[in-house]
Amino acid sequence: MLKLLDGPQTMGRGPAFWGAAGLVLLAALAYPLFADPYDVGNFGYFFVWIFMALGLCLMWGLCGMLSFGQTFFFGLAGYGYGVIAIDLGNGPLGTMAGLAAGLVLAAAAAAVLGYFMIYGRINGVFFGIVTLSVTLALAYFLGQTAGPEWAIGKARLNGFNGMQGMDPLTFPGPDGGIVLEETLFYYVLILGLVMVYLLLRMLANSRFGNVLVAIREDAERAELLGYDVRRYQLAVFVLGSTLAGLSGVLYTSWGQFITPSSIGLPAASMPIIWVAFSGRTDLTATLVGTFLLLLGFQSLTIYSQETALVLMGALLMATVLFVPRGFVLGIGDLLARLTMRRRREPRPAAAAEV
Amino acid sequence: MLGNLFAGFYQFADVFAFLVLSAAGLAIIFGMMGVINMAHGEFVMCGVYVTAASYHAGLPLPLAQACGTAVAFLIGMVLEAVVIRPLYTRPLDSLLVTWGLSLVVTQGTLVLVGSTFPGIGTPLGGFRVGDYTFSAYRMVLFAAAIGVLGFVWFLFLRTRFGIQARAVMQNPGMAQALGVRRNRVYALSFGVGAGLAGFCGALYAPTMSLIPTMGSSFIVESFVTVVVGGSSVLLGTAPAAVALAVIRTGLNAWYGQIIGQIGLLVAVILIIRVLPDGFTGWLTRRTA
Repeated sequence: MLKLLDGPQTMGRGPAFWGAAGLVLLAALAYPLFADPYDVGNFGYFFVWIFMALGLCLMWGLCGMLSFGQTFFFGLAGYGYGVIAIDLGNGPLGTMAGLAAGLVLAAAAAAVLGYFMIYGRINGVFFGIVTLSVTLALAYFLGQTAGPEWAIGKARLNGFNGMQGMDPLTFPGPDGGIVLEETLFYYVLILGLVMVYLLLRMLANSRFGNVLVAIREDAERAELLGYDVRRYQLAVFVLGSTLAGLSGVLYTSWGQFITPSSIGLPAASMPIIWVAFSGRTDLTATLVGTFLLLLGFQSLTIYSQETALVLMGALLMATVLFVPRGFVLGIGDLLARLTMRRRREPRPAAAAEV
Repeated sequence: MLGNLFAGFYQFADVFAFLVLSAAGLAIIFGMMGVINMAHGEFVMCGVYVTAASYHAGLPLPLAQACGTAVAFLIGMVLEAVVIRPLYTRPLDSLLVTWGLSLVVTQGTLVLVGSTFPGIGTPLGGFRVGDYTFSAYRMVLFAAAIGVLGFVWFLFLRTRFGIQARAVMQNPGMAQALGVRRNRVYALSFGVGAGLAGFCGALYAPTMSLIPTMGSSFIVESFVTVVVGGSSVLLGTAPAAVALAVIRTGLNAWYGQIIGQIGLLVAVILIIRVLPDGFTGWLTRRTA
């Protein structure tokens, strides 16, 4: 199992890469010891979004399915979490059930929507615009649920202003449970990210991952080789969308509210920009690039949100036109090539491996 | 009785016109180059804003609407040359680049123009049939939708450009070898598509409040119409608009707007499961 961590589908291998990754992890773990609690909370907030980006990287980068619907599943899971948590009276029971409900809701919605699209042979650009249409329709629908008749049990959907009143995620424990907030939230998210990242890496390098890449490269050829392409695509769509759902639950738990504007435009364009900028074919590049972009975006948003969004749009255009593989991946490749060359020089025979 | 019948037709005509007008430009670009223009809504918005600005500058409304259409057409031509042409062989990337553009234009308009813009009142007033009063301008929109279909038919089946365009659509390499300037055909088609989006905006300018994000209220309808229709405007967009308009009108009448919108989407998802190439593929198979 563990040897699947390194492989052809993921960038970085060997002691140099894992050593550097370990150092970054150590730095991240030590960060709350000497940082302002506000900044720690902020970083935790950035981690929330990375699950969604990794999910898109899996679907789009590995399997070639460009989904514009990450915020659709994000929103479904977020609202699902809120409704269940509120109706079950919050606390450990409500929030844990809410977490499960949110994820199940996202996965089920992805299975249904994915079935109709994938088994209807919708692919390429149409896959993108159908997922975007569904996303915008959900945002529009939730935006008009302001009236008191729009409530599920005790949970008011509350229209454009969004739903609130759910507790943050609470683990069962003494004194009404351990509430996931501030520094604890930060550490739990790091743990979650490391786990998801490593599992996805193993998945990408497994037999399953190789088939996904084969489908991305040429779906017809993969089918002629005997793989049921649709089943793989559906599985990966459900998995990637559920990760978006996880982000949705965590986001709702973090801010204790969720609004339709986190589903519609321009929110729906963000995951695509993160992943395209980072380098969609690689999980590590997505992880690093998404974090950097979130950091940069937030520092700009303080001055003007509109200008920050203009820059994000321009960044997407520049990526596609000039660095189609993605900026972070490009830099990573450059680093790899530099270190490779130094090591390879004494034994030129190994060059055939590339 | 007459009033009720006409009311049904009026509702249908209203939805049909919206679907055809908003989707025609998108469908032309998609049919011609396989590119989905994600900035479609922003071309619509461009038509709206230019129309409103020229109207406030003192032009009569029809002339202002012509300005809106022309500006969208010209911007479309320029954009094709600068941004779309390098990506001909990468349709998914052209989707992304226009997506980025859409974000830049929407948010840029928010920064430069602000969040509101003075609107235009709906012209022409109303007329009565039976017990009900209807807006005459809505009938103009319906006529314009029919006009757009007629225009597309004429352009692609009765002009020299149309022959060249269809040749490029079928086999770009062969058409080029026979002396068709492929790039010019693509640039003009993209311009026509953008111009039709601008025309849609120009027509709807007097009926909406003007905000920079208004483009997104057009794109869902235009996307689903193109998805259900497929790559041809006449064989795809038009029948798809009829079918979707019937579904939407029925749902609107019995269950209200919001169920109408969601029902439309559910219908689309069911239809694509059965007709992968949309109405275009289905009709071409039946007639071939």
